[in-house]
Amino acid sequence: MDGTIIISIYVFVLAIFAGFELITRVPPLLHTPLMSGANAISGITVVGALIIAGAGDSGLSVILGFLAIVFATINVVGGFLVTDRMLEMFKKEERKK
Amino acid sequence: MSILINIAYLLSISLFIFGLKFLGSPRTARKGNLLSMLAMLIAVLVTLLDRQIVDFVYIIAGIILGGLIGTVAAKKVQMTAMPQMVAVFNAFGGLASALVVIAQYLRFPDQTVLSNAVTIPLTLFIGMLTFSGSLMAFAKLQELIKGSPITFSGQKILNFILHLAILMLIVLFVLNPGIDRLYLLLLVLFISGLVGITLVLPIGGADMPVVVALLNSYSGLAAAASGFVIDNYVLIVSGAIVGASGLILTNLMCKAMNRSLMNVLFAAVGQETDPGAAAGKRVVTRYTPVDAAMILENAQSVIIVPGYGLAVAQAQYALQDMVELLQKNGTSVLYAIHPVAGRMPGHMNVLLAEANVPYDLLKDMDEINEEFQTTDVVLVAGANDVINPAAREKGNPLSGMPILQVDQAQSIIVIKRSLSPGFAGVDNGLFYDQKTMMVFGDAKEMLLKIGANLKKE
Repeated sequence: MDGTIIISIYVFVLAIFAGFELITRVPPLLHTPLMSGANAISGITVVGALIIAGAGDSGLSVILGFLAIVFATINVVGGFLVTDRMLEMFKKEERKK
Repeated sequence: MSILINIAYLLSISLFIFGLKFLGSPRTARKGNLLSMLAMLIAVLVTLLDRQIVDFVYIIAGIILGGLIGTVAAKKVQMTAMPQMVAVFNAFGGLASALVVIAQYLRFPDQTVLSNAVTIPLTLFIGMLTFSGSLMAFAKLQELIKGSPITFSGQKILNFILHLAILMLIVLFVLNPGIDRLYLLLLVLFISGLVGITLVLPIGGADMPVVVALLNSYSGLAAAASGFVIDNYVLIVSGAIVGASGLILTNLMCKAMNRSLMNVLFAAVGQETDPGAAAGKRVVTRYTPVDAAMILENAQSVIIVPGYGLAVAQAQYALQDMVELLQKNGTSVLYAIHPVAGRMPGHMNVLLAEANVPYDLLKDMDEINEEFQTTDVVLVAGANDVINPAAREKGNPLSGMPILQVDQAQSIIVIKRSLSPGFAGVDNGLFYDQKTMMVFGDAKEMLLKIGANLKKE
């Protein structure tokens, strides 16, 4: 087995632990924005799609890459914007005292 | 050059982590989301510097098209439809990962590295499963297909066979390097799609928060898996974090319903019940909105328990108007939010925030449960199972589910259309309690009437 896969697995497992630590601290109040924001982050696949669509190959792989860019970008842009729209609505009470 | 790119990727990963950290408090959450956006922007721009990329036509076209669709969707969507929106975005994320690995295989079909031989079909499986499962969840949430569980005989056996088939295809893929294996991948694609559909079909409408959270986790794992295929740590780390986030939310939702994930996925809870059967001959105290207004006016402290029915009736604005009148009167008002009060985790908070309810008045279950004892009036609008005291008893579908301790308050006003039991099909004893006043009718109409009667004073 090649070495890079082992490092990748290390990185993956450590990132899962980091994710658990981070997300456990998010209060239930913000769980919906958390979910749509995390959802947008999962659109990071767009990075893979860019490499494929821009490789200068011809044929099916470029078309698949293009479609992947479209779907991943919808995921990223839509996810972040709708999260921002929600977070904008969360306001603190204005105390009149 | 490659080192610079990797350092930029590391910066991007760090910004994602800070972004999520800032999401831990409503004061900094918006900044956190902006940091995540910046992280994504850096990742994309840096990737474009990669030597491998020589042709920008498809890239620019794809980003513009996707960006436009995403922007319009994000601006237009109603807050009640957020779960559907997240489901669709999940579907697209999963599909994108699946497309990426197929394309990667087409580019390098002769690769013999063992790790890639495993990760390519595996990524395809997770991605397609996320895609079809999320679309099914969308169809259920949007009520394109009926929300109650759809079951058929042999479902579990079929599920088992499908998973076994996937496993065998992965083994075949690994064992046959050097030949054209595209047909194997297409089989994986097709069967994974079926797995997603059979996963979501037997799950009832009220269990959708769990499923949406789970699929959210899968879409992250799909991204991470495709990171293994193209050897990219940004994908692996971001995907893993999203995977973890989805799992935590899935777990929280399950706990809030006192069910195991296995039970949610396979027990097909929420078959249509006969509403007439449960209603006994017990007596309820029936009140008019005028009576309710009077009781609320005399209260020092009020807790409001909103349920999803409130949002469906678009009554949150009428509620907020009424609450503002009470607050002017000097009454302290808090909101008690059960974890499963909406159609996705935290959904009810967003719906109330949209109606200008300040977030510091929104209290989650653990925070508010001690307050009920010292509260004069609890106003329940559109909630049922989450306040059913039957959850404390044994031997019914609600047993053991954590509930809002509404019955400990001095008096309770419940706005509801009828006495019919909630999703779990368990009659709610609280409605027959002597200190409970039932106001029968549409939530919005009744809240408007209560508000109107408050104004006259």
